[in-house]
Amino acid sequence: MKPFTNHIGVALPLLADNLNTDVIIPSREMKRVSKVGLANGLFANIRYSDGNRKPDPEFLLNHPNYHTASILILGRNAGCGSSREHAVWALADYGFRVVLAESFASIFYNNCVANGVLPITLDRSSIEAIADWVRIDPTSHHLSANLEKCTLETVDNSFEFVITPLARRMLLNGLAPIDLTLEDKVLIDCFIAEDMRERQWLYSVSD
Amino acid sequence: MGQTLYQKLKKLHEVRQFDDGSSLILIDRIMLHERTGSVALSNMLSENRNIAAPKTVFSTIDHIVDTKPGRPDISRMPGGMVFIDEMHRVSKAFGIRLYGADDDRQGIVHVIAPEQGIALPGITIVCPDSHTCTLGAMGALAWGIGSTDCEHALATRTLRIPQFKQMRIRLTGKKPKWLTSKDVVINLISRFGADFATGFVIEFAGSVVEEMEIEERLTLCNMGVEFAAFTAIIAPDHKTIEYARGRPFAPKGEDALIAEAHWASLVSDINASFDVDLEVDVSEIAPMITWGTSPEHAISVDEVLPDQRSDLADVFKYVGLRPHEPIRGQRIDGAFIGSCTNSRLSDLRRAASILKGRKVKSEIRAICAPGSKEVKISAEAEGLDKIFLEAGFEWHEAGCAFCFYAGGETFSPGSRVISSTNRNFEGRQGPGVCTHIASPETVAWSAVNGQISDVREAYE
Repeated sequence: MKPFTNHIGVALPLLADNLNTDVIIPSREMKRVSKVGLANGLFANIRYSDGNRKPDPEFLLNHPNYHTASILILGRNAGCGSSREHAVWALADYGFRVVLAESFASIFYNNCVANGVLPITLDRSSIEAIADWVRIDPTSHHLSANLEKCTLETVDNSFEFVITPLARRMLLNGLAPIDLTLEDKVLIDCFIAEDMRERQWLYSVSD
Repeated sequence: MGQTLYQKLKKLHEVRQFDDGSSLILIDRIMLHERTGSVALSNMLSENRNIAAPKTVFSTIDHIVDTKPGRPDISRMPGGMVFIDEMHRVSKAFGIRLYGADDDRQGIVHVIAPEQGIALPGITIVCPDSHTCTLGAMGALAWGIGSTDCEHALATRTLRIPQFKQMRIRLTGKKPKWLTSKDVVINLISRFGADFATGFVIEFAGSVVEEMEIEERLTLCNMGVEFAAFTAIIAPDHKTIEYARGRPFAPKGEDALIAEAHWASLVSDINASFDVDLEVDVSEIAPMITWGTSPEHAISVDEVLPDQRSDLADVFKYVGLRPHEPIRGQRIDGAFIGSCTNSRLSDLRRAASILKGRKVKSEIRAICAPGSKEVKISAEAEGLDKIFLEAGFEWHEAGCAFCFYAGGETFSPGSRVISSTNRNFEGRQGPGVCTHIASPETVAWSAVNGQISDVREAYE
């Protein structure tokens, strides 16, 4: 996974509350047993106005000012709904590196971290102030996310955000969590050996 | 200071703690389905990863398999066969159990997990599916994960979880006979908001929960994710223990005695402390129904829609309803009974008791998809299929069916559907389809009347 230290880019101020993973990528767009090639399905239900994939001018991402957006701004409960990691794969495939929201659904949050997308949580008024500033001139009013300092910056303002130490470390180092955990394999095996004595009823069934 | 049930379950599975307060947790059981499980297994195969304990992994085909009566093991979703074929291929390659469409144990993961005794009190169980929290009703620590976390659980038999805050919701008061756990949970979401449990584990407790049967509790916990909880949980009691006893993967003989004694100890201590402790009196709750595009957009069936608000403008537009309009009496085009929320035998029995001797309005397409083969077989043994069919319902095979749209068959664009499912998102059941979530009884009674109706009338 690509390490995340900082990112500067165009922000897409959707600001919607409860924006669910069905909206980020509809189920019918998940056509392959693979994690790549999902950018075309991103926001398909609201991005295209018909079956021929004609861009809907009403949808902000289709506006030339926002075509190259790489920072998504949402409201509360971002990424609620289905656990599909395809939502994050589709965002990353399009080029999104940061999601800013008032709050996140926990599965979506984990999926972001697992794929090198930085989830930033800020309060509503900060998010609205940032979105207002972006809207003035989206092509030049870039946001700058710095994970080492844990700040999200506009030209005039700096907003500090809080992220769990684990998520921060995984993102900064681009860690593959499986290999990290397998360093504790001896510990896990010892725990299971002890647990097999304590809860024999569980192991006798499965093996 | 006493411990909560969640703290006890976490302690029992905690391999190690990290400096940041997160914990590495042993995962006892993993459930998979073809829609996301195939992706995780396929990726592991290509990366040459091993599954640490294949015997603890159980997979099924539920999400996009056809549910037309007499279906073969196919998907009608364009490109859907890839997922079914791949699930068969990778399950075989890894030597894990797969209950395919022709197996009598097949069904929706969260329906077959308790049914087969895979989800048991006191265990940890995960699945790459957000409604895994359903299984908290068994007294298990159960939660939904993404594909990467799923691969982690398969490869290491563990998952790392942060610290969560704890909330207890005690349901008290006299439950009217027509009130279902679905009405209760929709009421909670509309009352507190779809994000009110962000960062929390919820324990449901109180006299009303104690009175509920296991299948009602499964419905209650199923919707935990719809108000953003990490998971929901209910302490196992004598009903849970009796429910689990004798099921195929439940412990037997001497092991069962030891397990059951252990399960009975899994309760929050009297002096345990919760970050949020709520009491909700259910006696005033009326039959609930969603009107908008989030489960929090819900009202009592006898209420009118809320005021116009800037953030609701798109919602009113999508659902084709106006502020202050009554929800009762809205004409419907479709009705669906099924899903991991409400497709178990008791759900079908209650819906059938409403449908018996009645007919669905002829212009309505009404469908029932039992949650599992076992539910379907049991329902047919007691003649429920005949009641549904005579009332004008289609009687489908087991699976997730019309709960969501994946590009296959669904209701007509723009139709209004009343559904016993869990999500009323825009387009969830098809392009332009407007979903109204309710209990199976309210779905059945509304189908009979051709419009959204107050199920209390059926009990008069």
